[in-house]
Amino acid sequence: MIDLDFIAALIGATLRISTPILLAGLGETIVERAGVLNLGIEGTMLLSAFTGFVAAQLSGSLYVGLLAAVVTGVLLSLLMGLLSVSLGLNQHVAGLGITLLASGLALFAFRLLYGGASTPPSLDDSFQQIPILTGTPLEPIFSQYGLTYLALLLVPIVAWMIRRTAFGLRLRAVGENPEAADMAGINVYRTRYVALILGGALMGLGGAFLSLAQLGAFSHGIVNGRGWVAIAIVIFGNWQPMKVLAGALLFGGLQALQLRLQAEGLDLPYEALLALPYILTIVALAIAGRNASYPAALLKPYRREG
Amino acid sequence: MSVMQPVVMMQGIVKRFGALVASDHVDLDILPNEIHALLGENGAGKTTLMKILYGLYQPDEGHIVIGGQPARLASPAAAIAHGIGFVSQHFSLVPTLTVAENIVLGYEGGALLDRAAMIASVTDTEQRYGFRVDPNALVRNLSVGQQQRVEILKALYRDCRVLILDEPTAVLTPQDAESLFETLRDLQQKHLSVIIITHKLEEVMAISQRVTVLRQGRVVGRVNTAETSPPQLANLMVGRNTVIVTRNLDHQISPEVALTVDGLRASDRRGVAALRGVTFHVHAGEVVGIAGVAGNGQSELVRILNGMQVPEGGSVVVSGKPVTLGDPRALSRARVGRIPEDRLKGVVGDLNVTHNLTLERIDDYTRAGHLDHKSMRETAERLIHEYQIKAKPYDLARTLSGGNMQKIILARTLSQRPVVVIAAQPTRGLDVGATEYVHQKLLEQKERGAGVLLISEDLDEIMILSDRILVIYEGAIVGEFSAANATVEAIGLLMAGSTARQQTVEALS
Repeated sequence: MIDLDFIAALIGATLRISTPILLAGLGETIVERAGVLNLGIEGTMLLSAFTGFVAAQLSGSLYVGLLAAVVTGVLLSLLMGLLSVSLGLNQHVAGLGITLLASGLALFAFRLLYGGASTPPSLDDSFQQIPILTGTPLEPIFSQYGLTYLALLLVPIVAWMIRRTAFGLRLRAVGENPEAADMAGINVYRTRYVALILGGALMGLGGAFLSLAQLGAFSHGIVNGRGWVAIAIVIFGNWQPMKVLAGALLFGGLQALQLRLQAEGLDLPYEALLALPYILTIVALAIAGRNASYPAALLKPYRREG
Repeated sequence: MSVMQPVVMMQGIVKRFGALVASDHVDLDILPNEIHALLGENGAGKTTLMKILYGLYQPDEGHIVIGGQPARLASPAAAIAHGIGFVSQHFSLVPTLTVAENIVLGYEGGALLDRAAMIASVTDTEQRYGFRVDPNALVRNLSVGQQQRVEILKALYRDCRVLILDEPTAVLTPQDAESLFETLRDLQQKHLSVIIITHKLEEVMAISQRVTVLRQGRVVGRVNTAETSPPQLANLMVGRNTVIVTRNLDHQISPEVALTVDGLRASDRRGVAALRGVTFHVHAGEVVGIAGVAGNGQSELVRILNGMQVPEGGSVVVSGKPVTLGDPRALSRARVGRIPEDRLKGVVGDLNVTHNLTLERIDDYTRAGHLDHKSMRETAERLIHEYQIKAKPYDLARTLSGGNMQKIILARTLSQRPVVVIAAQPTRGLDVGATEYVHQKLLEQKERGAGVLLISEDLDEIMILSDRILVIYEGAIVGEFSAANATVEAIGLLMAGSTARQQTVEALS
C-alpha cells in the first residue's frame, strides 16, 4: 500500500490542501507583525470565496473572479483598519465582528442569488492544475494549481520583505514598539493599514483558491475553519514565513493522510479521522507555542496621548 | 549673545488637557550652541512643551519659528525635518531590532535595506561625534547608558540641530551622568543646541548656560546660569522656600532587629536571575536605604517583600518570626506595612476613598457577612483628616492626584502601626510638597520605633532619609555605608559595579 505512487500522491494532496491556509497564514503574519490580530480572517476568506465565485460566473473570467476576491479581502481589511487602527477598538471584538458580518453577507447574498439550491452551484470551467515533470513518478507532486505555485513562491518573498526592506523594518518596529516608531518619524497608522491591505489581499486569494480552483464551486461550509487554522499556524510558525509554511504543510499533510486513511477504509470511526489534524495541530501548537515570542504590541491599539 | 538669531522660538504656546492648562502662554527661545535647561517640578509642563516642539502634541495656541521661518510641526517626522531631535525619558527604541536598525528606522535611504551601507553610515555618524556602540548589537542586550547613546545617535543621524533630552540622568549613575554631560559639551562644540529637561538644580548649574523655570505651565523665570544660584532657582521652581526634612540625629536606634532578609534568590519574569542571595537586616527605629540603578533586582525584592512573588530561596524574618512568602495576608498579620512601587497598583481606581482606606482590613468592618458602612465612613473621615488627604470619602480614587493617592496608601498602611515599613519608590512622580510629606511620615515611623526599608532610585532621597545605606548591583548587596560616611561618589561607583564601570569608560573613549 505504501509505495512511491502513494507517497507522491500524498505529497501532492498535502500541497493542495495547504495552499489556502498558507496564503491566509502569510497574510495574517504580515498583519500581526504590524501589531494587529485580524480575527476577520475566517469571514474574509468566506466572503472572498463567494465574491470570487460570483464574479467569475458573471464575467466568465476566472481572473476577474480572482480580482474580485482580492478586492473583497482588501475592503474587509480596510474596515478592520477603521475599527481597530483608526478608532482603536478592541481587536478581538472588531475581528470577530467582521467575521460574523462577512459570513452573514456571504450566506445572505448566496440565498438571494441561488435560492435554496440542493446542490452547490459550480463553475463550468474552474482553474485547472498545471502539471510539470509530466510522465515522471513525481508528476502527482508537481501537478498543482497556479495559486499553489504562487503561494509557495510568496513564502520567501514575504520573508524577504519583512527582513530586507525598509517597509519590513517599519512593520517590525510598529508591531514591537509603535511609540518608538512614531518618535522615529514613522506613520504608525499608515504602516498598519498597508499591512492590513497586503494581508487582506492574501486572505482573499486563500478564499478564491477554494471556490475557483480546488472545488470550483461554492457552498456554506467552504472555508470550514481554515481561517482559524491559519491563525494557529502563525503562532506555531513564530511569525516567520518559512515556519508558517512548515505549519501549513503539517496541517495539510495530516489532512491528506486522514483522507487517504478514510479512502483505504481503516477500521476507525471517520469522525475520529476528521478530528485528527485539528487535535494534532493543537498538540503541535501547545508544544511550539510555549516559546512563542509575540510581537510586543500585538492587540494594542496605538494612541498618541494628548 | 543678544545679536544671535535664535534657532528655535516658541511664542505664546498654550496647551490644554481638559480643564488642565499644561502650557500657559509659554515663550521660549533657544540660541545657537547653547545648552538650555528647562527646570520645574513634576507636572510643571516641561515635557508637554517639548512634546509640542517635537510634533507629538499640537498646541491650542501660539506658534513656533525655526531658523527664522514659521514651522508647523504636525508630527515627529515634521519636527525631524526641521532638525529637532528628542530623547524621551523612557527610551523609544525597539528592543528586538539592532542598534543600526533602530538608528536608521524611518530614514532607511531606499526601499531595500542595504545592511552594509546602513552600518557604514551609522559608523560614520558614530565617528563624527565620537561615540562607540556596536551597530550589530541587539538593543535589548544593551545597558541603559548605552541605550541612551543609541537614542542620541539616532537624533544625530537625522541631522538634528537642536537636541532635547528629557530627564536624561534619571536612569544613570552619577558617573554616567557626568560622562553624558561631557558628551553634551562636546556636541555644543560641534554647533548643536541642547535643551535639557530636569528638576535637579545641580545639573542646571553644572551643564547649562541659560535656564527657563516653569511652574504650573507658566514661565516664572529665565536667567543666565552664571548669574543665579541653586537657592534662587529652587525658589522660582516651587514658589516658596523649601524646607528640607532633617533627621533627628539624637534618635537612638534600637538594638532589636525588626526585619531580617536572608539569602533571597529570585528570577525576573524572563527567568533570568535577578536576586543572587540578598542578605540584610533592619533594626527597630532605623531607616535602611537600598540604592541602585533601576533593574538591578529592586523590583523583585519589593515584590517578594510585598508578598507578590515566591523566591527561589532564602527567608524573611519579622520580629523574630519567619514569614510565609508569596502570601500578602501573612505579611499583614506579621505587621509589615507595604508602600508599593506603583501606586496605581496600590489603590483600586474604581473604588472610592473610603473603600480604599479600609480594603486591607475589610474583615474588621464586616458584620454577619455584610459591610458596616457607618464605621467604614468614620474610619475614612478620621484618616482623611489625619493624613490631610484632599478628597471626600466617596470620591473615586482614580480622580485623585498622585500625591493624594500616595496619602491614601500611607494612611491605610501606617494607621495600623506596622513594625516594618517597606517603602518602594515612595515619592516617584510626586511634587515637592507631597515628597516632603512622605519623607516626614517615614521619619515619624522610625521615631515611633518601626524598621523602615526604603528602596529608591533617587539617591538624594536615600541620602536624606537613611541611617544606613546598602547598594544593590546585579541582584546582590555590594556595599554598605553608615549615614555619616556615605558619599555620592562612593555609592555611585558601587551602583555602576566595578566591571560595568570599566565598560562605560571604554564606550566613551
